[in-house]
Amino acid sequence: MHIFKRLQQFYWPYKKYFINSLISLLFVTGITVVYPIVLQVTIDDIVLKDRFDLVPYVALIFFGLMVVKGVATFVHQYLGDLFGVTTVYKIRESLYEKLQTLSFTYYDNSKTGDIMSRLTEDVERFRMFLSVGFAEIVRITLLIGFSLAVMFYYSIPLALVTMAAMPFLIVVVLRFDRKVHPVFRQIRKSFGRLNTRVQENISGMHTVKSLSREDYEIERFTKSNDDYRQRYLESASIMSKYFPLMEIIGNICATALLAFGGYLVINGSLALGELVAFFSLVWYILGPLMNLGFVVNSFSQSKASGERIIQILDMDNQINEIPNARKDSIEGNVVFDDVTLSYANTDEQALKNISFEAPKGKVIGLIGATGSGKTTITQLIPRFYEPSKGNIYIDGRPVTDYSLHSLRKVVGFVLQEPFLFSMTIRDNIAYGVPEASEEDIVAAAKSAQAHDFIMEMPEGYDTLLGERGMGLSGGQKQRIAIARALCIQPQILIFDDATSAVDMETEHAIQQALKEEMAGRTSFIIAHRISSLKHADEILVLDNGSVVERGTHDELLENKGTYERIYQIQYQDRDVVMGQTERKEGAYET
Amino acid sequence: MKHKQEAQFLEERHLSRFHYTMDQAVEKPFNWQQIWRLLTYLKPYSKTYLPGAILAMLISTAIRLIVPILIGKVAIDVAIANKDMTMLMWLVVIVGILYVLSYIANIFQIKWVNVLGQNAIFDMRQQLFSHVQRLSHRFFDERSAGSILVRILNDINSLQELFTNGIINLLMDVVTLFGIVVILFVLSPKLALAIMVILPIMFYISTALRRTIRRTWQQVRIQQSRLNSHLNESIQGVRITQSFTQEKQNEEYFDGINHATFNSWRVATKKSAFFRPLVEMSNAIGTIILIAYGSFLILQGVENGGIEVGTFVTFAFFLGMFWDPISRLGQMYNQLLVAMAASERIYEFLDEKPNVDEIEHAHEFHAMQGEIEFDHVKFAYEEGRIALHDISLHVDAGETIALVGHTGSGKSTIANLVSRFYDPVSGAVKIDGHDLRDVSLAELRERISVVLQDTFIFSGSILENIRFGNPVATDAEVIEAAQAVGADDFIQKLPEGYQTEVEERGSILSAGERQLLSFARALLADPSILILDEATASIDTETEVKIQEALNILLKDRTAIIIAHRLSTIRDADTIYVLEQGRILEHGSHDMLMEERGEYFSLIQSQFRMLDSM
Repeated sequence: MHIFKRLQQFYWPYKKYFINSLISLLFVTGITVVYPIVLQVTIDDIVLKDRFDLVPYVALIFFGLMVVKGVATFVHQYLGDLFGVTTVYKIRESLYEKLQTLSFTYYDNSKTGDIMSRLTEDVERFRMFLSVGFAEIVRITLLIGFSLAVMFYYSIPLALVTMAAMPFLIVVVLRFDRKVHPVFRQIRKSFGRLNTRVQENISGMHTVKSLSREDYEIERFTKSNDDYRQRYLESASIMSKYFPLMEIIGNICATALLAFGGYLVINGSLALGELVAFFSLVWYILGPLMNLGFVVNSFSQSKASGERIIQILDMDNQINEIPNARKDSIEGNVVFDDVTLSYANTDEQALKNISFEAPKGKVIGLIGATGSGKTTITQLIPRFYEPSKGNIYIDGRPVTDYSLHSLRKVVGFVLQEPFLFSMTIRDNIAYGVPEASEEDIVAAAKSAQAHDFIMEMPEGYDTLLGERGMGLSGGQKQRIAIARALCIQPQILIFDDATSAVDMETEHAIQQALKEEMAGRTSFIIAHRISSLKHADEILVLDNGSVVERGTHDELLENKGTYERIYQIQYQDRDVVMGQTERKEGAYET
Repeated sequence: MKHKQEAQFLEERHLSRFHYTMDQAVEKPFNWQQIWRLLTYLKPYSKTYLPGAILAMLISTAIRLIVPILIGKVAIDVAIANKDMTMLMWLVVIVGILYVLSYIANIFQIKWVNVLGQNAIFDMRQQLFSHVQRLSHRFFDERSAGSILVRILNDINSLQELFTNGIINLLMDVVTLFGIVVILFVLSPKLALAIMVILPIMFYISTALRRTIRRTWQQVRIQQSRLNSHLNESIQGVRITQSFTQEKQNEEYFDGINHATFNSWRVATKKSAFFRPLVEMSNAIGTIILIAYGSFLILQGVENGGIEVGTFVTFAFFLGMFWDPISRLGQMYNQLLVAMAASERIYEFLDEKPNVDEIEHAHEFHAMQGEIEFDHVKFAYEEGRIALHDISLHVDAGETIALVGHTGSGKSTIANLVSRFYDPVSGAVKIDGHDLRDVSLAELRERISVVLQDTFIFSGSILENIRFGNPVATDAEVIEAAQAVGADDFIQKLPEGYQTEVEERGSILSAGERQLLSFARALLADPSILILDEATASIDTETEVKIQEALNILLKDRTAIIIAHRLSTIRDADTIYVLEQGRILEHGSHDMLMEERGEYFSLIQSQFRMLDSM
């Protein structure tokens, strides 16, 4: 029950809806049971006793009750729904807020699909329970209670005989529920696999066609498609076993009622109208009982769903601000002092004893193989991760002294994967400063060499990106991401392999423009191409989380280490070609 | 004043910062032809499951209609009225037997209906998927992956209910309604006529009211899908949001759409809450007519054209049975509208013809040599946007050519024409002297491998991913191929070696490693012609060296067309073609072209100037 307690803050403010809905429900079920009584009165007291004068009263009372029931039904259903919908609105609000602030570490270890299913399916299941599930438990209990009361009032022995099969029905219903749910889960899983299969096929269609593997793909699809069909048929086979069984148990009750009830009427110990009323009452009990499985299941599912929602809400943010964090403006002098970072769940170290100084206005280059720790170093600066040992200082203070907002707003980050939002190009560039002026936006786009291709689009800066918008090439996306980082006028600029997908000429142009932008700012450039970082004030060569070489381009070439080897490989052709042309040029001169 | 305006402008700007697809709720008109076409999917089962399911349905429906008559007319009016215990017991036995029959019929109905429906759905999905596999590049160029996915998965699924229970229930409900009306009229035409008053009311509620309710729920779906789109995007872009400290602004935006969603729910639930009370009121009206007029008829006596008590009871039983079929028929209408929209989208795909077609008796290469010829080829992706002008080139079997030029110069188009992903507008592409339009497509592509810039990784083990190049290859052959291209080293370092599970979005593999995997794939496929679209993505230098070495192995003994960026590959090509805006500017070997000091020369030179100056 702690789940419902933990989530209480979301639904308890709306308890008014809930309570009124339940009160209405009391009326609804109470009046439902009146129908068979009216039938009984009509037969026993009007028809069999020739009291036709009573008809208007019975009709009027019945009509009046039905109007009350109609209103109560409306109120019950509407308020019940409103209770669930309002609660879910509040839960979603909190979830979203939480998701905005969870750490990178959390996102590194979770899948978008999993978070999404918590936000959608789990929230929806919880709503269902609040809106319908709980009320259904109350309704079943009340309806069965009222109906049994009326039955026992009419005839105790007949009620006992009729209801003899009830326990069997409950057993069958619960067993069905236990059997069918794993199969439903299987169906969902199988559909998930089918989904993945088709999605991969379509996304990888060029690869499929390039290797002409269509038949192979169809074969693999057939397997998934058939599996999905088989799972469904499995569930159908369970249903074909249990549904008819439930129905025949109900019918056995009805048959017993006919036999024993008919006997009692012939006997004279039961009125005919009472027998007819029994035929209705019997289904008021059996019907809800057949629904019992659904209710039980909805309860346990909503518990599980609530738990998954709470897991997100109670997740530790990991990166927290100290009280009274500084909101000073930042100049951008970055110092790493013996920084070590371990991965959360292993002892493996992502960074080992990293120290360097990056005073304002300087450029730091980072080079090294995939996984050597380049990206991690830069992500420590805006506190996306926290070092396990050592300190990072900005303007002489530990980064933890600053508020997250004041720290991050001075860091212009271009991440490796240029993620753009479903916004106009203008809003994407102004993402960090929604109040940016048009001039600032265009200036940033120009520096990132994005202005020209943006202007070539039919809608220019108003072009929509994302699911609804234009598809951009990888290089174009990277350029918009660069403009986005420049647009916030940051004190610290970080380029994480930011031009990997642009062609060489454009990269050249970007670099020329950036030279201006980088003046007066602290910059970090991560790259594989030596040409991208050879002008850096200091280059750190990383391997396996450690700095193995450091210095300027020329110093590193002198050093004849890893850097020099990379240089040789990348520039081997240059000497051949340029040598050749120089030779040729020489030849022409003579 | 000005400040206020500005503030308002800014607020609007960030409350409308995100834009998502908002489907329009369009209702398709009823189209019998489409329904008929849907029904053809049941045809394969028209002699087995279909009649079986219908028969079972008819049996159980008949029993459901007979029992109330037995109880009302026979048990009450005859057995109980005459205090005939024996007769009552006989009746109980008969009802019992009928229930057992109904039990058996039910079992088979549920079974067969599902087999029927699931098979039809399976067939349809299979047909659609296979058809889509055969469609040309152009088809995929024009659509997002998501929109194709929705057709194959969701649209087909939305027909599931129709094919399983829908059609049989439709029949059952029509039979039930018709049966009840007939029975009531036989028992007492007068009372039946009076009670029939509620039928139009019920039909009205089930159709018109349901329609307004349906529209409000459509709004909910539309709002909900925008909400989900944003949630999904905000999760994927959370790193950017935190980098740029836009958490608060995004929360405000989310608040707006969350509230809009909440409102649509409120409207929908309110409208829906009217439904049940109205249904029950119409039922109540029926009951009142029955009580008033029914008891009057009983008092009149049978001899004066009145009714017996049993008839009254039977009417009461049937009155309760009206609503279900009418309600389901109303739902059925909803379902048909959904099916209409879904099937229209499905047919749109099924009716799409692949735009490169095979001729009958297409030529089969028994052993492709790999000699390629472009004979005055002109090509346009869209009318008016010419991608290739009059291209002629010849590649001898076993030769390697490199295509060089700026983005959009036509390099990839040439490669696409060799695989016949498109047909030229005029001129001809020939392999071993055969016009590609005359050869078998499957065989042609079987003999050509294309290594793309962005290699797709399928979810599965590394082993399976390489085997994708040749599904019949043994594990040993796969490993051999990986070793040959130098991919074995990094694979061995992975936690589970060749059995390591990878997927497209997983970050286990770097760009360079993916490239090596695709080389292994291509090597395993052992094609006569290899087309290579070199990557521009920056790859760490160690891997780069491996890729260079792997290339030499891959190119051995085959015809190769390389869309080249790396100078080393260009230099080693037998012939280099320099392209600009769909035309060949010059061609020849590296040395020749350097000597000529033409476009190629300046291209190479400017690249190195840039390298030096950066």
